[in-house]
Amino acid sequence: MKRVVLGALAAATMLLSPATAMAETEIQFWHAFTGRLGDLVAAQVEDFNKSQDEYKVVATHKGNYSETLNAGIAAFRAGEQPHILMVFEVGTATMMAAKGAVKPVYEVMDEAGVPFDPDAYIGSVKGYYTSADGKMLSLPFNSSTPVLWVNKDALKAAGIDPEVDLSTWQKVGDVLDKLKASGSKCPMTTAWQSWIHLENLSAYHNVPFATKDNGFGGLDTELAFNGPVQVKHIQTMGEWAKDGKFIYAGRRNEGGANFRAGECALFTESSAGYAGIKSEAKFDFAVRPLPYWEGVEGAPQNTIIGGASLWVLSGHKAEDYKGVAEFLNYLSSTDVQAKWHQDTGYLPITKAAGEKTRADGFYKENPGTDVAVIQMTAKEPTANSKGLRLGSFDQIRGIIDEELEGVWSGNKSAEDALNTAVERGNQLLRRFEQANK
Amino acid sequence: MEKRVTFKGWLLPLALVFPQAFISAVFFFYPAGQAVWQSMFIPDPFGLSSQFVGLGNFEYLFSDPYYRSSFVTTAVFSTLVTVVSMVPALFLAVLADRLVKGAGTYRTLLIWPYAVAPAVAGVLWMFMFNTRVGVVSWYLGQLGYTWNHVLDPNEAMGLVVVASAWGRISYNFLFFYAALQAVPRSLIEAAAIDGARFWRRFFTIVLPMLSPTTFFLLVVNIVYAFFETFGVIHTITSGGPQQATTILVYKVYADGFVGQDLGSSAAQSVVLLVVVGALTVIQFRFIERRVHY
Repeated sequence: MKRVVLGALAAATMLLSPATAMAETEIQFWHAFTGRLGDLVAAQVEDFNKSQDEYKVVATHKGNYSETLNAGIAAFRAGEQPHILMVFEVGTATMMAAKGAVKPVYEVMDEAGVPFDPDAYIGSVKGYYTSADGKMLSLPFNSSTPVLWVNKDALKAAGIDPEVDLSTWQKVGDVLDKLKASGSKCPMTTAWQSWIHLENLSAYHNVPFATKDNGFGGLDTELAFNGPVQVKHIQTMGEWAKDGKFIYAGRRNEGGANFRAGECALFTESSAGYAGIKSEAKFDFAVRPLPYWEGVEGAPQNTIIGGASLWVLSGHKAEDYKGVAEFLNYLSSTDVQAKWHQDTGYLPITKAAGEKTRADGFYKENPGTDVAVIQMTAKEPTANSKGLRLGSFDQIRGIIDEELEGVWSGNKSAEDALNTAVERGNQLLRRFEQANK
Repeated sequence: MEKRVTFKGWLLPLALVFPQAFISAVFFFYPAGQAVWQSMFIPDPFGLSSQFVGLGNFEYLFSDPYYRSSFVTTAVFSTLVTVVSMVPALFLAVLADRLVKGAGTYRTLLIWPYAVAPAVAGVLWMFMFNTRVGVVSWYLGQLGYTWNHVLDPNEAMGLVVVASAWGRISYNFLFFYAALQAVPRSLIEAAAIDGARFWRRFFTIVLPMLSPTTFFLLVVNIVYAFFETFGVIHTITSGGPQQATTILVYKVYADGFVGQDLGSSAAQSVVLLVVVGALTVIQFRFIERRVHY
């Protein structure tokens, strides 16, 4: 009798358990967003969870971009990795080299039978995250590109026409002179100096940042950002810094606080600065394309992206990957992407999302929000403007930051600083090459 | 004649030593051995593969001028932190020791900052000296001085030293204060009767009597400056500008956990192990001789 009861119980448990497990297949998603961006991601996840009852995505904030990547790596080493990890563009080469740790997105989608077309993404975004044979390894999520933010009221206060032409650095230089002469304490500041004033500068002027097609051609790439265009730019910025026309605020986006408070007239920052500037700035602002140096052949080319993509990590059950595929499919749907673009200022990474936003009349209502899109897609990317794929790039950026700070403080010449940065960075590239043989 | 305890067998002494030996093995020898082992490889971040390079990581480190200058930075930083945290502490302790009324209140207030965690202290100081919104930097601006520790290496160093030493003053104060209470009053009174003034009494009687405490605090504070100031540096300068505040420990973190260069990071911790070991030997061999217990 006892045995029968036990047997019945066991059978009942077996019958019940798959059903409950199905309802609770959890997908771990680690990301790097806080504040408004964090809320928007949470809303996306909640929408997905409500839309079906097989999978439950659990989104967890793991610190800033570097910290999130480190948390993912540490978790992988401990066998506790999440299903989906947000990795910033700088970590792309690291993830691509980690073949055993990553399950490529095209494979995930393929196995789950979810339709997935890499060509739906705009070229410069697709190029950044696809392998040499055109297969998409991670899902583009938030991509932005640098633009010039203008405080129109500050220009007016200095007696400058707020619609003044700021398309070239030469013209920006003239405006900075006037701003300084009128007593401005912060004519210009920047965020992400390496990304904007070296990486994008190089792409925008169609000169290499590194050899071997900026690293796309192999791990034996060498840095090359000490060419004449870059030296001239950094030298000019150094002179501006000396004259108090360019105010350096910090390595990340510390300058954003100065601009949003209305202290700075011009600000080079990601197009994704939109959400913050729109909600905080108590002045009339405008978005302009990133300036270029007139006289450099091929300029302006196109700018490159920054931001992050979603990587699927290996070592989970096949069942789980189905849920991952569903979630990624939901994230890349046109409605979600268009809303994300309009809310944040990140680029519409699929062509359809861009078209929908235009059809919605968003660009008409919010003039300037399409500047970044045009700037990135106006020309077909070249080998120099496709993107960057360099190992240990977070550290290399740190080196560039250090050397540039030497220029801003007047301790080093632009040429010296860039040569040293190239030399120090190359050592790291060689180590990365060695580690990933 | 020293007292010695003799055991008859081996079992009991071994059993008595075992817990300590076990803890040292698990928490010191094993990880230290791992560090030495890892320092001979260049692994990829995910731990999927690694290349044996022998002493290659060390060669790479010592060929880097920034790493070599990090030794100087560390020496300057830890000396400054130790001095800045001990001298005012001693001064305050001497003053508090002479208090007749309200000693308890002063003591409590002086000990308070010790309760603030290093990272929190870092954030506090960072906000006070923030180049844009900082209260102190604003006042300095009013006085005509432009404070910018983001670009000025000396200002950055000064700020991390003060922020690190600040909470430590309380800790040192506590020890000095306790030690001062233990100085026999009879000695001081005898000197006073002989006509010695306060400062003379302080330097010839009190300070030598404090030497065991001073020595203890010296060792503890140097260890603190080496290993526990990480939070302060991380929150205020992240090692910048141009690595002017990158002390050895911070570089281990930056290379290992930000740069994912675990081989170099392991090699650096081995170097650090040797440096701290040597420092401790020097302290106990040469400085301790001058201490009167």
